[in-house]
Amino acid sequence: MLELKHLSYSVDGEGANLDILKDVSLTVQDGTFLVITGPNGGGKTTLAKTIMGLNQPTGGQIIWNGEDITHLSITQRAQRGISYGFQQPPRFKGLRVRDLLAMASGNPGLTHAEGCQLLTRVGLCAADYIDREMDASLSGGEVKRIEIATILARNSPLMIFDEPEAGIDLWSFARLTDTFRYIHDKRAATIIIISHQERIINLADEIVMVADGVITDQGPKDELFSKILANTQAQCEFVRKGGLA
Amino acid sequence: MNSMDAHLLREIADLERVPQGAYNIRKNGKLEGRNNSANITIESKEDKPGIDIRIAPHTRNESVHIPVIVTQTGLKDLVYNDFYIGDGCDVDIVAGCGIHNSGCETAQHDGIHTFHVGKNAKVRYVEKHYGEGEGTGARILNPHTIVYLEEGASIQLETVQLRGVDSTKRYTKVVLDAGAEAVVTERLLTHGQQFAESKMDVILNGEGAKTQVISRSVAQDESVQMFYPQVEGNAQCFGHVQCDSIIMGKAKVSSIPAIVANHMDAQLIHEAAIGKIAGDQILKLMTLGLSEEEAEQKILDGFLQ
Repeated sequence: MLELKHLSYSVDGEGANLDILKDVSLTVQDGTFLVITGPNGGGKTTLAKTIMGLNQPTGGQIIWNGEDITHLSITQRAQRGISYGFQQPPRFKGLRVRDLLAMASGNPGLTHAEGCQLLTRVGLCAADYIDREMDASLSGGEVKRIEIATILARNSPLMIFDEPEAGIDLWSFARLTDTFRYIHDKRAATIIIISHQERIINLADEIVMVADGVITDQGPKDELFSKILANTQAQCEFVRKGGLA
Repeated sequence: MNSMDAHLLREIADLERVPQGAYNIRKNGKLEGRNNSANITIESKEDKPGIDIRIAPHTRNESVHIPVIVTQTGLKDLVYNDFYIGDGCDVDIVAGCGIHNSGCETAQHDGIHTFHVGKNAKVRYVEKHYGEGEGTGARILNPHTIVYLEEGASIQLETVQLRGVDSTKRYTKVVLDAGAEAVVTERLLTHGQQFAESKMDVILNGEGAKTQVISRSVAQDESVQMFYPQVEGNAQCFGHVQCDSIIMGKAKVSSIPAIVANHMDAQLIHEAAIGKIAGDQILKLMTLGLSEEEAEQKILDGFLQ
């Protein structure tokens, strides 16, 4: 179980403290598929990064399976079974896809077949990619799918994905949603996905809305999804006033 | 051969024992062992130190190993090795020098290698340099590699120097006739107070000649690296130079690629980049469970692999 207690994160900006996260509390039960959604700049990525340890919170606590991990390093959190798929994954000159998957799986002897299986699950033709370098010769969408494959390779009990759909074509995206559904059906992991995609939101057990650094709404998908759609339009003053007409 | 010799041979030539096929092992300036094969003959030069290696035309799937080891402090060794590779050959050549300097005097090996590669022959040439030893004496290697490729000939020339060599001044020259192709790969890691300089001239003389020069280096601590790869196009030809360096600590790297076109249809490109390891690369590998130091090492290993 993951518990966030009164989490806050601020940065120095233009002479004043800028609060990116303000007193965020959230409990995620094991095996839950949770989607975090909300407007750009609302603090979603910061929240996800804070769970992984990529940001150090300025206040509050993160409890994972009963252990306070607030001050643990990224490596220590990874070793305790937390994984994080970057929204914009880095490229590596010289490292091959196979090397990265082997590192992610923690098995230096990852077989060709195992590597290929992971790539297939993110919609990549494995034979074409397994020996490619993780450099600029790969497109953004390809790097993104390999990034997701590294998270699948880790097979960790908490998987966090930051906008996995960004940059991925529609066809591959369908394959990817199948993969998320498969993991969830097996209840193999707790999945937290930051997403704006209806097809991903539809897979969720729970939805959390984050805007302006706080959780503005939270609940089961069936309850919240229609509410979000309605709010999205209603909150726009321009639309409310009748638009161009 | 003692265990230190065996260790050096493993580092520079991946050899666990005496190699298969033709070989010439030189230790502390003297011949340690030699073997000829039906198609490959190795003979000592009469007028100066070094050997002539002759490979009969159309020799295929054979290899030649010519490793050099230096374990005597104060030794300055200079050799001239000339390769004559017949038309239509397809061969592997493994050279390299390992120095173990346990004394306080300089140990130095300068290998001048010249390759005459016949028509349509294919050569893969690997040269590894390695230094170690607890002594304060410097370990110096100044190799020259000169390659003449006749029509349709090709070479994959790979030089590797990862750690241990205090000072190196490398010069590589490749001259290509029509349809010839050269892929030159250089990998270098310096640390401590080491110095490395690599000058390269690739001269594309014949129509359809092609070259690709790839230089990857890591400069750590206070080491200094200088790169001067130059590609010259004198016909319709294609050349691409790519220099990438990772800089760490207080190291200094100069990368000065040059392309010179003396013909309208010469198509030449150069790229050079120097930078530190990107922070997000380290963070990504840490999220996979590696420590910061392990992440850095994996990134460097990958870059130089």
